[in-house]
Amino acid sequence: MSAILEVTNVSKRFAMGGILSRNYVNAVVDAGFTIEEDQPEVLTIVGESGSGKTTLARMILGLESISEGDIKVAGRSVSGRVNRAQRLSFMRHVQPVFQNPFEAFNPLKEVDRYLQASARVLLGATSRAQVEAAMDDALQKVGLSLAEVKGRFAHELSGGQLQRVAIARALIPNPAILVADEPVSMVDASLRMTIVNLLRDLRDQLGVTVIYITHDLATAYYISDRIIIMQEGYAVEMGPARVVLDAPEHPYAKLLKDSVLPVENAGKSRVQPADRKTAQAAAKLSGTGELVLRDDGRSVRLPRDGDGSVAV
Amino acid sequence: MAFSEETVREQRDVLTLNGLKAYYQTNYFGVEREVRAVDDVSLSVREDEVYGIAGESSSGKTTLIKTFAAAIRPPLRLIDGTVEYKFGDRVVNPYDMDEDELNDLRWKHVSYIMQGSMSVLNPVRRIKKSFRDFAFEHMDRSRAEFWNAVEDHLKLLYLSPDVLEAYPHQLSGGMRQRVTIALATVCHPEFIIADEPTTALDVVVQKDVLAMLDDIRKKLRSSVVFVTHDMSVHANMADRVGIMYAGRIVEEGPTSELFTSPKHPYTAHLVSSLPQIGDTTRKPALEGRPPNLAEPPRGCRFHPRCPLAIEKCTTDVPPLESVGANHRSACWRSADVRPLTPAVKPKTGESA
Repeated sequence: MSAILEVTNVSKRFAMGGILSRNYVNAVVDAGFTIEEDQPEVLTIVGESGSGKTTLARMILGLESISEGDIKVAGRSVSGRVNRAQRLSFMRHVQPVFQNPFEAFNPLKEVDRYLQASARVLLGATSRAQVEAAMDDALQKVGLSLAEVKGRFAHELSGGQLQRVAIARALIPNPAILVADEPVSMVDASLRMTIVNLLRDLRDQLGVTVIYITHDLATAYYISDRIIIMQEGYAVEMGPARVVLDAPEHPYAKLLKDSVLPVENAGKSRVQPADRKTAQAAAKLSGTGELVLRDDGRSVRLPRDGDGSVAV
Repeated sequence: MAFSEETVREQRDVLTLNGLKAYYQTNYFGVEREVRAVDDVSLSVREDEVYGIAGESSSGKTTLIKTFAAAIRPPLRLIDGTVEYKFGDRVVNPYDMDEDELNDLRWKHVSYIMQGSMSVLNPVRRIKKSFRDFAFEHMDRSRAEFWNAVEDHLKLLYLSPDVLEAYPHQLSGGMRQRVTIALATVCHPEFIIADEPTTALDVVVQKDVLAMLDDIRKKLRSSVVFVTHDMSVHANMADRVGIMYAGRIVEEGPTSELFTSPKHPYTAHLVSSLPQIGDTTRKPALEGRPPNLAEPPRGCRFHPRCPLAIEKCTTDVPPLESVGANHRSACWRSADVRPLTPAVKPKTGESA
């Protein structure tokens, strides 16, 4: 088994301010995970805004340069893409789906033209018949058809349909990895499950690995195999999704789980403000702590004691 | 009203809508179009109650609240129906009032937390200028007293008075949201309308904002109309929920009843599709798309997507009828509606 995606000790620092008063912000610190080639899965990255989850995804997509560490896709480093041929070869392996489908599509362009361009450039289809076959094939995978979409503009489709078109476009080059950055947060609650179920089917039926970025733990529990919980740039807890979410260990993971609104006592329960103290205290110690592997397969970031050993 | 006879409570109605119809009417190049965003809505909101309005985008939620907030502008027009507020002994109809009286009604009695609060604050004005612009006129106080009242009010919302000096971009999303809520509640209105106040927020911040909104509502004893498409928010906020579909209320009832025994297939779907931690069974997704309100389907507007649809549904519009105490549903087959999945498990003491 070879790894399709290797993320090793990746960090990202953003510089803020001018030359004299320069501050650095650590967006992602020392992140690492591996995705195997013939083992499709849904890997979820969860965290609040500012936790670095989007920065990590953008680095995997090659949209952001890497400060330290390396990301390898199919054995080749993403930062080493220098010419068009290498970039296209990379894009055939990894494809993005963005948050807001209404902003991702140009309102003055028919949506099928995006699919056309992908088929021509990434798949190398030349004749009209080949292009249309590739488009229809990809649209069938997401439960649409070319006849429904052809010649339509973004405003003529509902949010759920548009997001499915975006996923179909990403599927045209038959990528191994789909990076979906909050694909459901702009979609209506009633249509949300169509997208989430679709991501699940992509893994089960087409063998596509989905890197699913979200702040919603309920859908994360529903579809993911592995989960990485990020807080202020650090991965604080990672491992099998059910194990982690059934009984989170890190204070921040607990805080996130407690923030999911329960529906069991509908109409009777009252929300209480979240208690962030323990999670914030843990965040201060993240820099000195390290990830410790537990017996059940999860890793938790634990702080160091005074003598430099990690409290297990 | 038919449904309230046996359950007369001490709470009085603060807002009563009767047969409300509001359409967007346009006439471009001689082509007349009519979008029926609110079509025959009757409901009432009681004193000291949170009334939730749920529904997908383009179901007319925002148009409905604009209509009873008297904030409509052409091409949106009120076609039919009445809006009536009752504040103390005063009964007012915002559509009978002139501009001055309306200004008096707004902020003091009825306030409106707009959709997308992340971007409603003016980016080039400090927060305190926004407070002065909106609230000073309505408070009838001297300048010093006004700022004291504002600072006291910010404390109620756990905001430090320093935010008054800040520009909106200096505050985080959750803080901005709290500032908009503070703005909307500083005049202690009897009636608060909140349109998707937490949709753009992170989970942890969302919980904070909801808790705060609930808290301030209790302190002011106001009625709140709470609009969002997220049913899990309604489960934790609302006393009663009205479900909107294609411009109509299709079901209305106490929150817990909607979650345990929905009487409309659309509600049953909304409730059962909520993912929960600890549950990985496949959740059903509703196929199809919301109807085009310019040409809504004949009969029941939900019938093209409805699993229970029968012949009658395609021709006759089901009326919103009482199906239990405080519970109304607009479905010909409301007796046959069952919860799709055992979505609501009673919480047991031990958790996995």
